[in-house]
Amino acid sequence: MPEFTEKYDASGLNCPLPILRSKKALNGLDSGDVLYIVSTDSGSVKDFDAFCKQTGNELLESSEAEGKFHFYIKKN
Amino acid sequence: MSDKKLAIIATKGTLDWAYPPFILASTAAALGYETQIFFTFYGLQLLKKNLKLEVSPLGNPGMPMPMAMDKWFPVIGTAIPGMQAIMTMMMKQKMKAKGVASVEDLREMCLEAEVKMIACQMTVDLFDMDSSEFIDGIDYAGATTFFEFAGDSDVNLFV
Repeated sequence: MPEFTEKYDASGLNCPLPILRSKKALNGLDSGDVLYIVSTDSGSVKDFDAFCKQTGNELLESSEAEGKFHFYIKKN
Repeated sequence: MSDKKLAIIATKGTLDWAYPPFILASTAAALGYETQIFFTFYGLQLLKKNLKLEVSPLGNPGMPMPMAMDKWFPVIGTAIPGMQAIMTMMMKQKMKAKGVASVEDLREMCLEAEVKMIACQMTVDLFDMDSSEFIDGIDYAGATTFFEFAGDSDVNLFV
């Protein structure tokens, strides 16, 4: 698991809130920092991938464990 | 990152149809799109300070009803007084339970992300509405102003 600067728990939230709130959290970070996001929205797997492709942030890891989805995003 | 643009025309004033413009605009803004929404006719309801949006099962055969009511409940039953209020309450409860944002929250996120909102001046006049009924920070203009931005946009949506 990558090291992270900040964690954001989006459990229980539905589209588009996990993306919107994560974007907000990223705004508060510096370039190179890593945001760790936990989500329960199954749609967010494809959405975080698409978010990173479109914004240039790097998706270091995307995984599923115990019914939750875990994302590590490195800010560009 | 991106310097893309999204232009949306919002024409509907019900609780269910309030979602597409605000979800798309807030998401696009998060992706770096410069975004504008032009609110016309019933879409102006989405700009009111106090949102009183409802959802109606009337004339909407695609709407899933609780307890499979749509299977046995006669269509005319959806016109019973109070039905709209009940369906609106149930829809709001369901949305909250599923972690879906409220329309107010999504609109707030759009404003925070500098989504530009334009109220159609013609419709405001037509319905004798007053700008004091609407939220602050919006513009009042016409179709020409919409095209100034839309003509230069990558994505144009009519909702």
